[in-house]
Amino acid sequence: MSMYFTKEHEWVKVAGTTGTVGISDHAAHELGDITFVELPKIGAVVKQFGELGSIESVKAASDIFSPLSGTVIKVNDALEIAPEVVNESAEDAAWMAQIEITDEAELKNLMTQEQYNDYLKTL
Amino acid sequence: MEEQLQATPICSRHRALNALMAPFGGWDMPIQYEGIIAEHTWCRTKASLFDICHMGEFIFQGDFESGGLEDVFTFSVKSIPLGRSRYGFLLNEQGGIIDDLIVFRIAADKVMIVVNAATAPKDFAAIKGRLKGGVFTDITAATGKLDLQGPLSRDVMVDLFGEEVASIPYFKFVTMDILGTPAIVSRTGYTGELGYEIFISAEKVCELWDLLLMDARVKPAGLGARDVLRLEVGYSLYGSDIDEETTPLEAGLDGFVNFDKSFVGKEALLRVKEQGVARKKIAFEVAGRRSPRHHYDICSAGSTVGSVTSGVFSPMLGRGIGIGFVTPEHAAIGTPLTISHGRVSMEATVCELPFFKDGSVRS
Repeated sequence: MSMYFTKEHEWVKVAGTTGTVGISDHAAHELGDITFVELPKIGAVVKQFGELGSIESVKAASDIFSPLSGTVIKVNDALEIAPEVVNESAEDAAWMAQIEITDEAELKNLMTQEQYNDYLKTL
Repeated sequence: MEEQLQATPICSRHRALNALMAPFGGWDMPIQYEGIIAEHTWCRTKASLFDICHMGEFIFQGDFESGGLEDVFTFSVKSIPLGRSRYGFLLNEQGGIIDDLIVFRIAADKVMIVVNAATAPKDFAAIKGRLKGGVFTDITAATGKLDLQGPLSRDVMVDLFGEEVASIPYFKFVTMDILGTPAIVSRTGYTGELGYEIFISAEKVCELWDLLLMDARVKPAGLGARDVLRLEVGYSLYGSDIDEETTPLEAGLDGFVNFDKSFVGKEALLRVKEQGVARKKIAFEVAGRRSPRHHYDICSAGSTVGSVTSGVFSPMLGRGIGIGFVTPEHAAIGTPLTISHGRVSMEATVCELPFFKDGSVRS
């Protein structure tokens, strides 16, 4: 399964036409203790780089943007009760939403893991 | 122009511990070490060590009445018993708060005044301008200050420095020998837990930091945890909740104002008392984990009725908490309000302080 990243530090894992979305380990570390995750509603139609949800830590509040356009088909509502999972496992257990991808060509606007690692070095 | 940050004597230790550092009140200070919530929880259950060397300390020596000090603050200095300290305000002529501070009665004719870091220079100038005699000195640079806070702090202090510490009551202090030098150990703090503020010479403070951290019950905590701890017990943060535009009456802090004596700002406060305050401080709890933040709007029935001055997710309560100012008709306990910022909106209810009621501060 391939993993792609945005400049805003979201990731998407693509399997067929389904994309699983979360925020990167780097973003979770920068935010510090996560205290709240706002998830999208199932059925919501999202645009690439458009608003998907939001996340709050003791230090800051920030928006989460969708790496790809699509329709939300599943959300990880465990994060509503235990948002600290984002700090423990941002790129795995703390996935936030699954979307049915509408345009796979949009992947060209995202970074691969390697490109993202290089991008982090420039920050 | 880039601000030249001051460094405390402990600064190299913070860097060695990999602390996240940030400017605070003109100083380069540790915000967190392992994480704000972990440090917060350690302080509520064990003992946490804070580098508070950035705060200002002044000494006044002389006759309090003829020297003019008695009229400087909202409380009487001469009536503070020896070995006790008192919290209150330095006001401007309009009754606005120049700073909140604590005065320690060290001797019959001597007090130490402990003030916030960011306001220390203006505090010194304001106090000096009101004095008519006595000797007034800024000892900030020569003075180190460490706070040890948490339910185990008394045990730690007794094990290191002897039984004398065990009997210090809340808002009392002793002068004792620590590391071969005289130090002030005060039963005060900013966390709502049992704890001590230790004043020791700047040369010795790093050695004391190392000594306290050798105890396995003690971990360092940064200003991030300190802010969560103080807000959970409803203490005001100068510059956020109170400032020169805010009177103690609006801030609900009139308990620290003695109207039976004269002080700068008294006439203005009496006028406010007569006319009634235009806004009032409230505490509120959010329904949910969302965090209110400084400058978020406080709304009622679709219109803005005030503004948030402090807000955070409370680990003890498991929900967002905040302090703000609203028009008086929305200040009653139980009033439902909406906290709003852009597309963020949260339901909140006005509540009593402190938010967290089970701290060990008086144990």
